[in-house]
Amino acid sequence: MSFSIIATGSALPKKVVTNDDLAQFLDTSDEWIVTRTGIKTRHVATDETTSSLAVEAAKNALDMAHLSPSDLDLIICTTVTHDYITPSLACVVQGELGANCPALDINAACSGFLYALDVADGYFARGRVEKVLVVSSELLTRITDWRDRATAVLFGDGAGAVVLGRGDALRSIKIGAKGNPDPLYSPNVGGISPWRADKTEPECFLHMNGQEVFKFAVSTVSADLIDVAQEAGIDVSSLDHAVLHQANLRILDAAARKCGLAPEKMEVIIDETGNMSSACIPIALDRLVRSGRLHSGEWVALAGFGGGYTSGAACFKWD
Amino acid sequence: MSTFERVVKILNDMDAGEGIELTPSTTFEELGLDSLSVVEITMSCEDEFGIEIDTDSNPTTLGEFVELIDAKLGE
Repeated sequence: MSFSIIATGSALPKKVVTNDDLAQFLDTSDEWIVTRTGIKTRHVATDETTSSLAVEAAKNALDMAHLSPSDLDLIICTTVTHDYITPSLACVVQGELGANCPALDINAACSGFLYALDVADGYFARGRVEKVLVVSSELLTRITDWRDRATAVLFGDGAGAVVLGRGDALRSIKIGAKGNPDPLYSPNVGGISPWRADKTEPECFLHMNGQEVFKFAVSTVSADLIDVAQEAGIDVSSLDHAVLHQANLRILDAAARKCGLAPEKMEVIIDETGNMSSACIPIALDRLVRSGRLHSGEWVALAGFGGGYTSGAACFKWD
Repeated sequence: MSTFERVVKILNDMDAGEGIELTPSTTFEELGLDSLSVVEITMSCEDEFGIEIDTDSNPTTLGEFVELIDAKLGE
């Protein structure tokens, strides 16, 4: 027995930016962006931070679970866009919530949420936890190069959270990595060490080879969905819902075609939110849960893919 | 079936270039395919022929694409 997802929560910044807003300062158009990505709007932080969105999402999930922060045995956060290099987001969230359990961060880029679930699975397996909070929070607009029309149109900000409790909804999970930093990366600060050989200060913006990432994403996520469904004892076509990382609507469509999943089973929020890295899956899951469309006994798969390259997928029989 | 005919079948299956006569000099642009569609077709061809094609190969015509596949098959 491992865990069930007993509650979900999410938080988005107030400010909504449309494609037409972007066309005011980038050589792009609503038609170009929608055709190639499916994105119509994205939520963009103004006074929100990675931590504030994470705390809001966490509180929403705890409310749904009817739990208080002191009930938590572990907090795992995922982010590539934290407010601090140190301390971890999980420690900031723990402090803000007033919890007193261990807290740690995971950076597995857009697959971070699946990596966090896999780590949590290990804690449940060791009998070390009863209740775990997982929060994925991202301010992708912080590392977006707003001068680059190819990438600036893709990203947004948001946070999603889940509370895990002992249970058997999780039926299979896998994570993977293929060390290849070149197609998708954002450099860290160079620093002012007097001994540093390269004195140039890198711009900490996202760089992406869209075509290569598209190919990795479609091939990996479709194979992962088939694998986790099979390990759970079902065919991928028997899934009731698939909640994938929202990088591009075309990736979702192509992955559904490739693995034989009916397109209407694919959860889509990218049209409203853009790509929010590791926060996409828990936010989309929260939407699915709160809409009342996810019923007890249904099969739902989660799958992520992203920089690294990393990937991860899981299959649940919802309780 | 020739490589070209197999590629045409993949394009037809993906509803690419409907109503356009496909010849080796037909360009992906004439088929109305953007870069991501070309990657999708490339992936289908990788499955069909059991090869791997670099995303930065950038063929512009079907003829160039077929040559690329034949070269990979000959490796």
